[in-house]
Amino acid sequence: MTWVNVVIQGVLLGGLYALYATGLSLVFGVMRLVNLAHGDLSIMGAFACLVLVGILDVNPLLSLVLVLPMIFVVGYLLQRLMLNFTLKGDDMRPLLATFGLSVIIQNGLLVGFSADSRGLDAGWIENASLSLGGGLAVGWFPLLTLVVAILVIVLLNSFLTRTRLGRAFRATSDDQEAARLMGIDNRHIYALAMGIALGIVALAGVFMGIRTTFTPGIGPARLIFAFEAVIMGGLGSSWGPWRVASHWAWPRRWASSSRRAGESS
Amino acid sequence: MVSRQITVHHSTATSRVALAVSAVVVAILITVPFWAEQRTSRTLVSLLTLIALAQMWNLLAGYAGLVSVGQQGYIGIGAYSLWLLTDVFGVSPFLAVPMTGFFAAAISLPTAGLVFRLKGGYFAIGTWVMAELFRLAVANIPQTGGGSGKTITSVAQMAVTTRMRGTYWLALACAVGAIVVVYALLRARVGLALTAIRDNEPAVESLGVHVFRAKLWAYVVAAFGCGVTGSVIYLNLLRIQPDPSFSIQWTAIMIFIVVIGGVGTIEGPILGALIFFALQETLSQHGSWYLILLGVLAVIITVWFPGGLWGTVVRRWHIHLFPVQRRLLLTGSEEAGVVAESQDA
Repeated sequence: MTWVNVVIQGVLLGGLYALYATGLSLVFGVMRLVNLAHGDLSIMGAFACLVLVGILDVNPLLSLVLVLPMIFVVGYLLQRLMLNFTLKGDDMRPLLATFGLSVIIQNGLLVGFSADSRGLDAGWIENASLSLGGGLAVGWFPLLTLVVAILVIVLLNSFLTRTRLGRAFRATSDDQEAARLMGIDNRHIYALAMGIALGIVALAGVFMGIRTTFTPGIGPARLIFAFEAVIMGGLGSSWGPWRVASHWAWPRRWASSSRRAGESS
Repeated sequence: MVSRQITVHHSTATSRVALAVSAVVVAILITVPFWAEQRTSRTLVSLLTLIALAQMWNLLAGYAGLVSVGQQGYIGIGAYSLWLLTDVFGVSPFLAVPMTGFFAAAISLPTAGLVFRLKGGYFAIGTWVMAELFRLAVANIPQTGGGSGKTITSVAQMAVTTRMRGTYWLALACAVGAIVVVYALLRARVGLALTAIRDNEPAVESLGVHVFRAKLWAYVVAAFGCGVTGSVIYLNLLRIQPDPSFSIQWTAIMIFIVVIGGVGTIEGPILGALIFFALQETLSQHGSWYLILLGVLAVIITVWFPGGLWGTVVRRWHIHLFPVQRRLLLTGSEEAGVVAESQDA
């Protein structure tokens, strides 16, 4: 039964990686920007959640109601006031700018929160599980993560294919110049895309923060997760990363279950 | 009728003066260990290695359009192959240093085969993943000391003065060598290809330039340079460990220096290294705040002053100390003069 368990856990963990990958993929798809600060921004989301939980004394999942709009605004302003200026010319400038940003965020968090590893406490849901019989059990929280991930991707997909704004996103992605001629303000579209992407990534950061611990310096490792899933699943595709993320999560679960190490991945 | 001939020139009056001044500066630098305190030459070693590393990164990003975030991989390989050559094979440390470059270059060839399939930002992350792979491989080989690393004993047992002097001269050789190699490479045929690739890759490819080969040159030379410089750094530090030797921090430093100084120029990384070094000496005790300041500086320069400091100087005063662009001069006519000057933005 071990392998069934590994497959199930893999699919569940895949949801989380898919969230990381979706944000990276969206930004690349719309404006051909590779965000090297992706992982750090997700950690920033987790820290924002930590602060809010500390102030308001609520469940981290509930605090998302505030965290996500906040991060959306951060993403919007970041793109509008800074990254938009780097999109002209070669593709080196956005890379260097986001690399600088990554260093700023990591060290900013280090100054504000020290290098201690933190965790978010979501209460009973973290340890509760649903028994499937035959010695198999599925944790409620991993299940919730997967459901949320699927929901996010479905919503994003229908937003991109069904709505007027989504059409503007796709138009800008296909041909920036032509889209501008049709009256689309690409600066605004890019900023919205960054806002949405960071919202998704912050969501991933918070879920990851509940699942395991995080430190100010862990961002780059999260970026590499996202990158691997995006590369293997295909750039700019929204389901690809998820498929790959879950396939890819299996060997990881397998390795940790056969090692019986307490380390959660 | 006067016959007109067009000849190609590189040098200008400014560049000839710059060359003479550089020769004097290098000559003075060579004599440093004889008259200066040991602390001074130790400080200079870190400045010189910074210049060498920055030149290598600039060759990749500024000319070949390859934004690598994985050069720390070759620094680590340089450090570990120094240990392998000296402690395991018993090669003399100063002889081993240039040999480490070949290790790095040999590993960079298959690596290039993989990462060159990726473009732009994905190339950046791909090189980073490769560097992580090297780190994990080294950390998992028990013979190299695993995660806790090794001390390079044969170097540590050398007489201090010999080691310090040797390290200093090797560091100087790295810095001067890096500048000379980049300069020579850019003035050769492959340099023309590289500069053109930076400006417009599809156009260059359609003209029949072998883009892959030109980029491979840059990548392998940069790996060699980072490998040798890495081993010089570890002649000084003596202890190799997977985490610090393969740390992304190395590449972060290279990026900061090149971005601040000016990407795509030879003068930029030298200027950048001097500024970075001055900031490091005065502010590094502030730890995180110092890094935040560097990050902010890099972001401001990338977003609003894309040419860096030297780029701004060039745009305002048209000074080229190490000109790599070609100027066409008319000779044999009465109004001899510059007819064309290739752009070097």
